[in-house]
Amino acid sequence: MKNNVNREIPDQILKDHNYEGFKTVDFGNPEIQRVAPKVTAQVGPSKVVESIKKVVSETVKDGMTISFHHHFREGDFVFNMVMREIIDAGYKDLTLAPSSLTNVMNDIVVEAIQKGTVTNITSSGMRGSLGDAVSHGALKNPVIFRSHGGRARAIEEGAVKIDVAFLGVPNADEMGNANGMNGDAAFGSLGYALIDAQFANKVVLVTDSLMPYPNTPASIKQTQVDYVVKVDKVGDPDKIGSGATRFTKDPKELQIAEMVNDVITHSPYFKDGFSFQTGSGGAALAVTRFLRNSMIENQIKASFALGGITKPTVDLLNEGLVGRIMDVQDFDKGAASSMKNDANQQEIDASWYADPANKGAMVDKLDVSILSALEIDTKFNVNVMSGSDGVIRGAIGGHQDAATSKLTIISAPLVRGRIATIVPDVTTVITPGDSIDVLVTEVGIAINPKRQDLVDTLSKVPGLPIFTIEELQQKAEKLVGKAQPLQFTDRVVALAEYRDGTLIDVIKEVKD
Amino acid sequence: MEIKKTAMAGTLESSDLQIMLSQGTKGIEFDLTSDVAKQFGDDIKATIKAVLDAFGIDNVLVKVVDKGALTPVIKARAITAAQRALDIADQPQWEVL
Amino acid sequence: MAADERLRRTMMFVPGNNPGLIKDAGIFGVDSIMFDLEDAVNMNEKDSARFLVYEALQTFDYGDAELVVRINGLDTPFYENDIKAMVKAGIDVIRLPKTENADMIHELENLVEAAEKEFGREVGSTHLMAAIESAMGVVNAYEIASASDRMIGIALSAEDYTTDMKTHRYPDGQELLYARNAILHAARAAGIAAFDTVFTDLDDMEGFERETKFIHQLGYDGKSLINPRQIATVNKVYAPTQKEILNAQNVIAAIEEAKRKGSGVIAMNGQMVDRPVVLRAERVMKLAKANNLVDAEGNYVEK
Repeated sequence: MKNNVNREIPDQILKDHNYEGFKTVDFGNPEIQRVAPKVTAQVGPSKVVESIKKVVSETVKDGMTISFHHHFREGDFVFNMVMREIIDAGYKDLTLAPSSLTNVMNDIVVEAIQKGTVTNITSSGMRGSLGDAVSHGALKNPVIFRSHGGRARAIEEGAVKIDVAFLGVPNADEMGNANGMNGDAAFGSLGYALIDAQFANKVVLVTDSLMPYPNTPASIKQTQVDYVVKVDKVGDPDKIGSGATRFTKDPKELQIAEMVNDVITHSPYFKDGFSFQTGSGGAALAVTRFLRNSMIENQIKASFALGGITKPTVDLLNEGLVGRIMDVQDFDKGAASSMKNDANQQEIDASWYADPANKGAMVDKLDVSILSALEIDTKFNVNVMSGSDGVIRGAIGGHQDAATSKLTIISAPLVRGRIATIVPDVTTVITPGDSIDVLVTEVGIAINPKRQDLVDTLSKVPGLPIFTIEELQQKAEKLVGKAQPLQFTDRVVALAEYRDGTLIDVIKEVKD
Repeated sequence: MEIKKTAMAGTLESSDLQIMLSQGTKGIEFDLTSDVAKQFGDDIKATIKAVLDAFGIDNVLVKVVDKGALTPVIKARAITAAQRALDIADQPQWEVL
Repeated sequence: MAADERLRRTMMFVPGNNPGLIKDAGIFGVDSIMFDLEDAVNMNEKDSARFLVYEALQTFDYGDAELVVRINGLDTPFYENDIKAMVKAGIDVIRLPKTENADMIHELENLVEAAEKEFGREVGSTHLMAAIESAMGVVNAYEIASASDRMIGIALSAEDYTTDMKTHRYPDGQELLYARNAILHAARAAGIAAFDTVFTDLDDMEGFERETKFIHQLGYDGKSLINPRQIATVNKVYAPTQKEILNAQNVIAAIEEAKRKGSGVIAMNGQMVDRPVVLRAERVMKLAKANNLVDAEGNYVEK
């Protein structure tokens, strides 16, 4: 069938994996039955186990679903320690269901695939050697990609049933009270892991810092935890988040950021009490700085900033320009270390952040979001998953979720090297064009024709170059030339869910 | 026409392309390295070949390392390399431009 | 003189052998782009840069920017080939470095004319400008500025000039005071544009703004830039105030009123408006438009 973003989804896939094709960005008000985990009652006195090996042997069985979080990002030691024990113990047919996969996890996942340890994967994304292996058909079953909100939904409704969650934490007590804010390997918000702690049948905390009981504040609570394992080091603090976030000096990024700020400040949403989400890229950080100046000039304060948080956003909080930070993860040390000192920097879990199957998520209250794109097409559909060569190298993250904001801005250069960012059709649709409002490039902006109100408002801004998205696509093509179409086989190697659990696209095996 | 000497032009910076022309025996032979070879490999070769044709060079080994160069950059680097290989860098063939 | 009334607030240097920078030079809204074949290019890459700029000019869209190329000096073996390539490429302006006297402009003009004929370009369509980089150049500034109908401007190049003067650059710019005034007077007397020198410390944005305000006060058309990050500061310094804009609008309304009445005398508030006032008003409106301070109909936009 062709779904509503005009993607051909093989009927066999829909049938085999029990999916429907994507229809609409409107989730509606369905009634949903959630699932609950199995609980093995215990009273302590301590849940501390001496080794990962022991806890793996007590919890993991062939065919199970195991999960991890990615808050340690490129500084993660826990994933490799646990997977080493699992591979060496000879387990088979596991489903790997982490919140996302970072580069430091690639090699061992490839090994686990080759040895038959892992035969299914669901994740927000993947990159590098792992993305390359999957795109070349290394995994028997298709990977399922979900947004952060979509993952929370899938876990809550039981589409993903986690048997064992291995959650690295920078501190914990003997009963499993833990947070992400203290310790050598502190990373701030535990947002993505909180869902696993709540819904997994067995929860194993791995920490390098055993604290006196009771350890507070407790983001993960002893009521959820089965085992605590003490290891030497859970992560490399220098690689967990970027150090001091440096403001970009790239004139092209600055130009884009300034234009993004122009769009925001001339939109009807820029008024006292507005809310926003930026990202972590160079242009996004620059937007935060431009936005700060505009807020001061116009005496406008934001009610909250949402999502992945960086130091420049924390600075806005400290200056009183932002009322609350609703924090699902922290991208740098400045953001990670400030949470414990400021009650207005609220840790939120992935469900609260972005889950559509909810009694209300933060993204539903979001006015402005600034998102990136590997590709965007003339229907405003966005690809953040597959590279220009068709190989998987990205992550949905909160893209689909934050894109439901009232003003969703994609900031992207017209071209990267010889690769056009604006194309007639994206390689993989991840976020549907219906949820995108404005594209900002270094040469000008394009407004989704569905937003005639924005066309009317922004057309009045002197010096803001407005094009149709077709015009921008042609400008890009004129620069780089017409690319040869990519070659794929018929084999589906990955499925991309929309946040509501329908299939928005499939990714096929690349032909080399 | 044969080239007079091995010549190189361009750099390995992003958006640039490095091209080396050396003595060939079997027509124009390409050795292309590029991250965008899948999408633009044929286009890069065709751009360079058109320049070599204009200079009448028909026996040459063309080693190319592309860093995402756009067509005018590829053309400029090919022209520079060809002029150098023919030892006419100081007397450019204006009609080729 | 070839001088027209176009804005020349910002002239950005772009190294002639750098594909990445050349490709993007058109996106920053700079008034003039100056591709550099001279100091920014290594001796053994002069041919590379020449062909790269040539091909870029054939292909890339630089919008309304005036396109300038700084060729290698008269005393170099690259001089003549640079001229030919750039004339053939259809460049707007050729900038001659280290100009000391009118004869250098005459020689350049002869070669440009020959190239225009050779490549079938309209004779006279290639404009010229001169960089003045020595005491001799400053002393001869007027003869240089008025050496040819093709001349659109002269520029101070302070690095070589201060060396020639046995000094160096100071933060307060006192060492450049005479040269700045001499060059500006020569340009105005010849009816062409005057460009100030570059400010090289990208981290000292305050110093840059101070210097830009100073040369704006003197009456310079604009400044030479080394980085797109400097553009906004110059444009801000050159932006007219709300009062200037409202006044200019009144002058222009008075002109239209006079036209409608068929009267040769333009009057405003009972006083006669003379030509300099009209010219200033037109320039203010042009600057206001370039700074997005007025909308399409010319109405002032509250920021």
